[in-house]
This record gives sequence, C-alpha cells and structure tokens, in this order.
Amino acid sequence: MDIMQILHDLIFDYTLRNVAIGAGLLGMISGMIGVFALIRRQSLIGDTVSHAALPGIVIAYMLTSQKNPFILLIGAAIAGYAGILAVMNIVRNTRIKYDSALGMVLSVSFGFGLLLLTHIQKNPRASQAGLDKFLFGQAAAMMEGDILTMLLFGGAALFLLFLFWKEFFMLSFNREYGESLGFPMRFLDFTLTLIIVIGVVIGLQTVGVVLMSAMLVAPAASAAQWTDKLRTQVFLAGFFGGLAGLSGAMMSSAAPKIPTGPVIVIFISVILLFSFLFSFKKGILSTSIKNLKNKTKIEMDTLISNLYELECSHGGRKCSHSYSVLNILMKNSKNLKFTLRKSIQKQLILQDEWGEYKLTENGVRKALSIGTKGDRI
Amino acid sequence: MNPQLEINIIASIVSVACALPGVFLILKKMAMMSDAISHSILPGIVLAFFITNNLNSPLLIFGASLMGLFTVFLVESLNKSGRIKEDASIGVVFPLLFAIGIILITQFAGNVHLDTDAVLLGELAFAPFDRIFINGADFGPVAVYVMSLILLINLLFILLFFKELKITTFDAGLATALGFSPWIIHYSLMASVSITAVGAFNFVGVVLVVAYMIIPGLCANLITDRLALILILSAVYGVICSILGVQLAFFLAGSISGSITTVLGMAFLITYIFSPEKGILASYGRKKRLKVEFALDTLLIHLNNHMKSPERIKESGVPHLKNHLGWNEKFAKKILERGIKKDLFSIEGGIINLSKNGIGKAQERLSAIGINSLSEEERHD
Repeated sequence: MDIMQILHDLIFDYTLRNVAIGAGLLGMISGMIGVFALIRRQSLIGDTVSHAALPGIVIAYMLTSQKNPFILLIGAAIAGYAGILAVMNIVRNTRIKYDSALGMVLSVSFGFGLLLLTHIQKNPRASQAGLDKFLFGQAAAMMEGDILTMLLFGGAALFLLFLFWKEFFMLSFNREYGESLGFPMRFLDFTLTLIIVIGVVIGLQTVGVVLMSAMLVAPAASAAQWTDKLRTQVFLAGFFGGLAGLSGAMMSSAAPKIPTGPVIVIFISVILLFSFLFSFKKGILSTSIKNLKNKTKIEMDTLISNLYELECSHGGRKCSHSYSVLNILMKNSKNLKFTLRKSIQKQLILQDEWGEYKLTENGVRKALSIGTKGDRI
Repeated sequence: MNPQLEINIIASIVSVACALPGVFLILKKMAMMSDAISHSILPGIVLAFFITNNLNSPLLIFGASLMGLFTVFLVESLNKSGRIKEDASIGVVFPLLFAIGIILITQFAGNVHLDTDAVLLGELAFAPFDRIFINGADFGPVAVYVMSLILLINLLFILLFFKELKITTFDAGLATALGFSPWIIHYSLMASVSITAVGAFNFVGVVLVVAYMIIPGLCANLITDRLALILILSAVYGVICSILGVQLAFFLAGSISGSITTVLGMAFLITYIFSPEKGILASYGRKKRLKVEFALDTLLIHLNNHMKSPERIKESGVPHLKNHLGWNEKFAKKILERGIKKDLFSIEGGIINLSKNGIGKAQERLSAIGINSLSEEERHD
C-alpha cells in the first residue's frame, strides 16, 4: 500500500478514519496527562491502573451483560482508581515500599480479573475474542461509540487538568507551599490521580493493558527532553502521543495481523529515542558537541599557556617546538592534533617550515589574557 | 500420578523458585523490576525459540535470560544518563521490548506453540501433558524437571552468597568498603530473576511470575524482619497459596494462574490485617494504646503542676478537663477510670487527688523529658 493510498483511505475509508482518529486522540490525551505522572515520579502508576482495570471491565460486563464501551470504561476507571487507593493505603499503613505495593496490586487485580473472566466463560482458556482486545489492543475494532466515549472521558479529564492547572502545578512541585496557602492538597491529589487513571483506562481498548504504561510515560519523557516549561511539555507530549497513535494505528491497519498496541509503542519509543539523541538542549548529540567544544577550548588555553611559558623559559626567544615536546607538555592528550589544528585555524599558533609550532602575536595576547605569567621579550 | 496432583506440584515448585529471588528484589526496592524483566524477556524467548524450537531447551532459557539482563542494563544506563528518572525508565523500556516480542510472534511464529495470550496468562493446566519419556517409560512432566533445576540454582546461589546478598541488599556502600563487588552480586541476582522468569513463563504466565516474586516476600516481610526467616516464610506462603489456588481454579473452572494470584492476594490481605506486629489491626491497637497512655501522662503532669498552686481545687476538678485538655466526656471518663484502676489518683467530690504512686509517675515522666518538677525551695532542702 503506497502512501497516497493510505492518505486516500484515511479520508474516505470509514474504518481507517475511525481507527486513526481514535488512536491519535488517545495518544494525545494520555500523553498530556502523562506529563504529570512523570513529574510526580508516578510513571509506573499507568501499569498498575491498566492491570487493575481488568476486573472492573469484567465485573461491569457481568452486571450489565453488555459490551457498551461507556459502561466498561466506567468499570475500568473505578477498579483502576480502587487499585491506586489500595496502593496508597498500603504504603501509608505499613513499611511496604511504593513499588512493591504497585507490583502487588497489579498482579493480584489482573489475576483476579482473569479468574473472573475465565469463570464467566466456564473455560480454563479464555475465549480469545473478548480478551485479546484488552490485552494487546485492537484499534481495527474501534467504532464511533468508542471514540465518543474516549472523547467524553478524556475531554473531561483534560478540562479538569486545565481548570486546576495552577493547583496541580503547585501540587507537583511544592506541595507544602500549597498546604501553607490553605489549598486542599489532599483533595487535589485525589483529583489528579483520578485524571491519570482516566488517561490510562481510555487507552485500554486501543493499546491494551500491558503496553498502556508506555503511552503515559514515553510521550512525557520525550517532551521533557526538549523543554523544561510545564505548559510546553504538556502540549509537546500531546503532539508526540498523537503522532505515535496516528501512525501506529495506520500502520497496523495496513498489516492486519499486527495488534495495534505494540506498533504504537514502537512508534512512541522511536520518538523518545529521537528526542534523546537530537533534542537541542539535552540531547546526546548536542551535549556531546558542547562537551567537545568545552574540552577543546580548555585544551587550547592550556596549550597556549604552556607554549608561552616554554618560550619564556627559553629566554624569551621566539623559538618553535616540536610536536613531541608539545605532546609531553599536554600529557599525551588524545585530542592534541585536533586542538593544534583548531589553534592554527584561529591563528593563535603557527607551524613553521620545519613543521614545528610557535605562538603568533595573537597567541601571545591570548596567553596573557588568560593569566599566564612570565616575561617574553 | 494424576494431572491435578502434578499441577499442584509444578505450581509449588515454581512458587518457591520465584519467591526466593523475589524477596531480595523487594528488599532492594526493585519489585517492579520483576514486572519489567518478566515482560521484556519475550523477544529473547521468541528469538531463541526460532533457533531451538523448544520452549524448555536450556539454550533458550539461557539466551532469553540475557534479554532480562539487557533490560536491567538498559534501565540503569537510562537512569545514569540523568535524562529520565528511574521509574520512567522502567516504564519505557519494558513496553518497548514486550512490543517487539509481540510483533515477532504475530509476524513470524504463525501457528507454532507460542501465542500471545499464553505468554501473559500461562497454561498451567496443560503443563502435565508435556512429559519426558525415556525408552517409553514415563518420567513425569518436563515442567517439574525444568523448574526444580531452576529452584536448585536459586537456592544454591542464595545459600552460597547469603552474606554477600545480605550486605549488598541492605548497605551497598558497606559492601563496597568490605571489598565485595555489589555490581557482581546485583547482576547475579538479576540473572537469577531472569532465568526464573524465562523458565516459569511457559508454565504459569507472566502475571503469576510477577505475583510469585512479589507477594510471598511481602507477606513474610509483614511478619518478620529476619532475612532467613523471610525467605523460609515466603516459600511456605508460595506453596500454600499455590495448592489452595489450584483447588479454587478447579472449583470455579477458571484460569489456574488467575486463581493462584487471587489466593495470593487474599493471603496478603489477611496478613496485612492480622499480622501480629505490623498488621493494621496491631498498629491500630498500638496507636490507641499510645493515645490513652499519653493522655494519662498529660493528666498526671497537669495535676502535679497544680498540686501546690492556689487554683488546685479548680484545676483538679473533673469538669475542668474538658476546658483545659480539650477532652470530651467519654474520653475523660475512660482515662479517669484507667487512672483509678492503676491507683494513680482517686476522685473525691469531683476533685482528682494524685496518689503517691501518681506523683512518682508524673515526676518520672517529667524528668524523662528533661524537666525537673521540683520547685526551687524543694531543691534547696
């Protein structure tokens, strides 16, 4: 399938349009919400919430015996939230560590959900049809009702997020300050947690239980590479998440055998890797270039200073020195050749006809300006 | 042997094999690493499966375990880079590797004995069907041998390096100072976790592996602080929950892994509530007791302060407690009764009089917090 065909289908094909819109929206919403999870060091909450949602989905189905996405999502949200409350409760009342509690609640609730599911199907191996969708996500099955439900929940969560923006900002960065101002921080904490829970459960159908945590964390982690400003981070994370969702859904519908979740996760991971490498400020590339520049600058200064002192100790005669002498002076520095080349380029050092090096007038001025001592006639 | 008994045996062996390294993960505050490792070994398993075509081959277990170590390495390098925090690096690494594994399965594994939900959910019910035959004689399920071997490896590792594991777990700095390399012990532990996860996933699924690694250790940790005892108790928890879980699964006709996990969860809940020292009931009782003791001390000190003052009658009146100490009537009554029972004071005509015993105790409390209650003149006497 060529690109034009995909673009054509994106506009005119009903299923693909649904899938693309749904996955894109999901990526956007959970990406934006994830920024707060990341800042509050709650990245792994997503994993626990998504697993804890399973029994909620099954119980909602058992109670209503219909697969209405709205009802299933409410079940998932309640169960997911209950799971997080259980984690908080355990951590508060015992010495059990946060991540142990997360792992415990995660496995128990998922196992319990599994037991319920297999029990209602009276079959030790879950009937694949219902289960697969929630385990690994199935964007291809997305209907308009699913998208509307996602929009409703996600929209409400985002609305709350922006309504209490200032309060959540304070909660995430300086909780004590908020408390001292008299804000109900505990209530805000519960609300923000609820928003994060919604950000997770709306994606279960598309991405699946196991991989949902990546949708929360990876866009936010990518955005954090590019900027430190919270507002920009949120929008950037929304953009990255949306992009990954859209492209993942399109690719997985082009090759129907691949479940959507894994493809979206690979896309978002590629975005994260790209951000690690190429972000302007913190990227590996830009920091290595910066480090190299700094290193060269320091080495150039050292070289010029050493060369100046050497000339002074030779009675101030403007004599040249060989590479091997410089090499000893610079303690066998691996970058010496590069530094020399740079210094010659900057006309601080010149190479005479025998291949030996000496300072230029510029070089002498530079040496004195960085505080090298010694008299040179 | 009937299959049901064999399932019980397999589940019990897997539970102990997982619980032992799991204890150290919990104590190192790395419980979620078990989740990460047991998911991210998937691409390793798939790739090794293409080569060996046998899920129980030692080569596959070894190869796929390397993927577990790779996960740990990746997470730790990401942390060290300072670009993202530790929890976030776990949260991005394992979904990626797991996603790659799923795609590999759906694209290339086709109809072979490896499907995506078996990986997550396991199929313990089928484990007894995969048996070892030598010269036509039935030697029992493969699972028993594979997991017993892994259990043995874990047990030997922990017994041989118990001291080293203990020191590196609780005080990595001290371990380095003493000349152990925490790094080597750390990665050996991670290797043990990986091997166990790879070996067990085929029989019980990822979810139960995580549950087995975390929950028995947590329960044991709620009961005792002694490392050796925690290890033994976690094994006991694992075995008991496995056996009960298998029965529950047969009773409900549901997934065995799901039901064992549920039983483990219930075991945790029971321990969490009733554990003799650290359970919430015990700590609730302790808080209540402390509250009463504190109130009694406050009252004694208050009475003692006003013993010689002119306002003694007013200050020592029973109704005054409400104003001065902010107690409601019910609480005040309870404290007064407790004090009288302990012979710390008596009440005559609505006035509380400290007994000799009570004065002694008040002064003891005061000196405990560094206040000398004797007045200037008394000190000179």
